[in-house]
Amino acid sequence: MEEFVLMKGNEAIAEAAIRAGTDGYFGYPITPQSEVIEYLAAAKPHERTGMVLLQAESEVAAINMLYGGAGAGKKVMTSSSSPGISLMQEGISYIAGSELPCLLVNVVRGGPGLGTIQPSQCDYFQSTKGGGHGDYNLIVLAPASVQEMADFVSLGFDLAFKYRNPVMILSDGAIGQMMEKVKFKPQQPRSKKSPDWATTGKTPDRERNIITSLDLDPARQERFNEKLQAKYKEICKKEVRYEKIKCDDAEYLFVAYGTSSRICQKSMQMAREEGIKVGLFRPITLWPFPYNEIREMTGQLKGILSVEMSAGQMVEDVRLAVEGKVKVNHYGRMGGIIPTPDEIVENLKQKIIGG
Amino acid sequence: MADDTISTKELIKEENLVYKKSKILTDNEFHYCPGCGHSTTHRIIAEIIEEMGIQSETIGVAPVGCSVFMYNYMDVDMQEAAHGRAPAVATAIKRLLPEKYVFTYQGDGDLAAIGTAETIHACNRGENITMIFINNGIYGMTGGQMAPTTLVGMKSSTTPYGREVSLMGNPIKMTDIIVNLPGTYFVSRQSVHTPANVRKTKKAIRKAFEYQALNKGTCFVEVVSNCPSGWKMNPVDSNKWMADNMLPFYPLGDMKVPEDQD
Ligand SMILES: Cc1ncc(C[n+]2csc(CCOP(=O)(O)OP(=O)(O)O)c2C)c(N)n1
Repeated sequence: MEEFVLMKGNEAIAEAAIRAGTDGYFGYPITPQSEVIEYLAAAKPHERTGMVLLQAESEVAAINMLYGGAGAGKKVMTSSSSPGISLMQEGISYIAGSELPCLLVNVVRGGPGLGTIQPSQCDYFQSTKGGGHGDYNLIVLAPASVQEMADFVSLGFDLAFKYRNPVMILSDGAIGQMMEKVKFKPQQPRSKKSPDWATTGKTPDRERNIITSLDLDPARQERFNEKLQAKYKEICKKEVRYEKIKCDDAEYLFVAYGTSSRICQKSMQMAREEGIKVGLFRPITLWPFPYNEIREMTGQLKGILSVEMSAGQMVEDVRLAVEGKVKVNHYGRMGGIIPTPDEIVENLKQKIIGG
Repeated sequence: MADDTISTKELIKEENLVYKKSKILTDNEFHYCPGCGHSTTHRIIAEIIEEMGIQSETIGVAPVGCSVFMYNYMDVDMQEAAHGRAPAVATAIKRLLPEKYVFTYQGDGDLAAIGTAETIHACNRGENITMIFINNGIYGMTGGQMAPTTLVGMKSSTTPYGREVSLMGNPIKMTDIIVNLPGTYFVSRQSVHTPANVRKTKKAIRKAFEYQALNKGTCFVEVVSNCPSGWKMNPVDSNKWMADNMLPFYPLGDMKVPEDQD
C-alpha cells in the first residue's frame, strides 16, 4: 500500500508523470511551475523508467519537441505558465491539427504581459476557446487539489490517446505551490507498443506514416475540419466531468473551478450558517464545459455567482448554459489576488440575492 | 527512324540503364520548378536511404517552405514541422527513438531566420541527427522575399533595389556558425549545380547519415542551391549566377570532418 506524502502540486505532477509511464518531458523554466522540471531532474526518471527529460531552449522548442515525440507515438508532456503557454500556441494548433496526443500543464499566473508570478485564472479563454489559430479544442482539466494534480496526469494521457487530441491541465500558482497530502498510483510501465499511425520507420508491411496538418485542397481541408468537429462533439457527449457540493437544496449556486472552488467551499459554509441555501458547482472539465448539467439546475435556482480569479471569463459559459433563465453574475479578483471567503459571500448577497 | 539509331527496346535493356529512380521516391510528380535544387537533393537523399537499406529505420522531418511536401515524395515515415522548428521536432524523435535515423530538411528562411534558435541549440546539444540545409538565398515558397542568406545587392521582392547592408545587415553564414559548435560532428557545404557537385553532395550526405550510427553529434550539410523562379532566371542562367555569385560567398567543401576520418 502506498502511503500519503506531503507535496507541492507541481512536484505531484512530476512524480505522477514518472508513475504514469510518460516517455518524455520537454519544458522551459518559468515561475510558478519550475518545480516540475526541477523535481524531474532530481528524480532521475531515466534511471527509473527510461523517461526522456530535456530542458528546451524555449517554450517554442519545447512544444515542437512534443509534436515530434507525439508523432512518434510516445507519451509526451510539458508544463509552463501563462507567458510560456502563449508562446506555445502555434505548436499546440499544429498538434491539434495533426491529431496528436499530448499533455500540457498551465500553472496560471496573473497577466497580461509579464504580469505577475502570483496565481490567477485569467487564461480560461485561451485554454477553452482555442488559444492558437484554427477551429480546434483542447480537453481542459481543472484540478482543485494536489491529489488531482497527480491524478489528472494519467487521466489526461488516457483522454489524449483515446481522442488523439492535446489535453491541458489548467491549474494555477496556488495549487502548484501549495503542499497537501497526496497518494500516488503504483508505477505504470512505459508502453512498448506504438500506435499504428506513429512515425517509427516504414516497414514493408505498411504504408508510410505522415504527420502533418497541411492540406491545400479546400474541399479535403473542410472534410478534415468536419471530422475534427465530429470528434469534439463526441468528446462533449462523453467526457464532461464536474462535482456538485450541497446542490440538492440549493437556491443559489457558486460556479467555480480550481483554487476558486476551494475558497467557495468555505464561503458556502459561511453563507449556510446565515441561512442562505447556496451550493457549489465545480466544473472539472472546462472544455467540454458542463452546460447541460448547469442548465438542468435552473429550475431550483434563484441566482448564480461565477467566482473566478479573472475579470470574468467562465461566467460567459455559465450564462450560455442557463440561457437567460436565471440571473448570473461574476465576482473575481485579478493580478494575482486570491479572493477571501467573506468577500465572496458579500458579493453573493449584493450581486445576486439583493441585486 | 534511321537504322543506326538504337531502338527503344534496346535502350531499356538492363545493361544500358545509366539512371534509375530510387525506390525510396514515390511516383508522385515533384511540384518543384524546373531546374530547382530541391528536386536533386531529394533524389540524393532517397538514393542514400535506399543504398544504406535504412528505409524502415528512417524518420524525416519536412520544413515549411518549398519543400513542405517532401513527405509526398519520400517513401519513409515523415513529420511536417512548423516553420523553423524541424530541429526541435527531430530532437524529440531521436531521443525517444534513439536507434532510428532521423533527418531534417530545411530552407534558409526556415533554418537561419525563424528557426535560428532551434538550429543552434540542436547543434549545440549535439543531437544525433542529420540536418540538410538548402540555401537558395531567398524565400521561394512565399514568392521570393529576402532571406537571411540573400547576398548584398541581390534583388528580392522585399529588397527590390537590392539588399542594403545598412538596412538589412549582411547575409548570415549559418554553417560557419554551426561548425564552431562542439556539438557538431560533421559539417559540409556542397551544391548540386553540376554532375560532379551532385556526386560530392551525395558523398557528404551519405557520411552525414552514416555517422548518425556513431552517436557522436550533429551532422550538418548545407546545399547551396538556386531558385530559378525566385531569381527570375532560367535554370541554366540561375546555376551560372549561383556559381559566380553565391559560391564565392558560400565556398564549398567539408568544414568539419571527424579527426580519425581525415
Ligand atoms: C510562422 C510562419 N511564418 C511565416 C510563414 C510563411 N512562410 C512559409 S515558407 C516561408 C519562407 C520559406 O523560405 P525558405 O525556408 O528559404 O525555403 P524555400 O521556400 O526557399 O525552399 C515563409 C516565410 C509560415 N508558414 N509560418
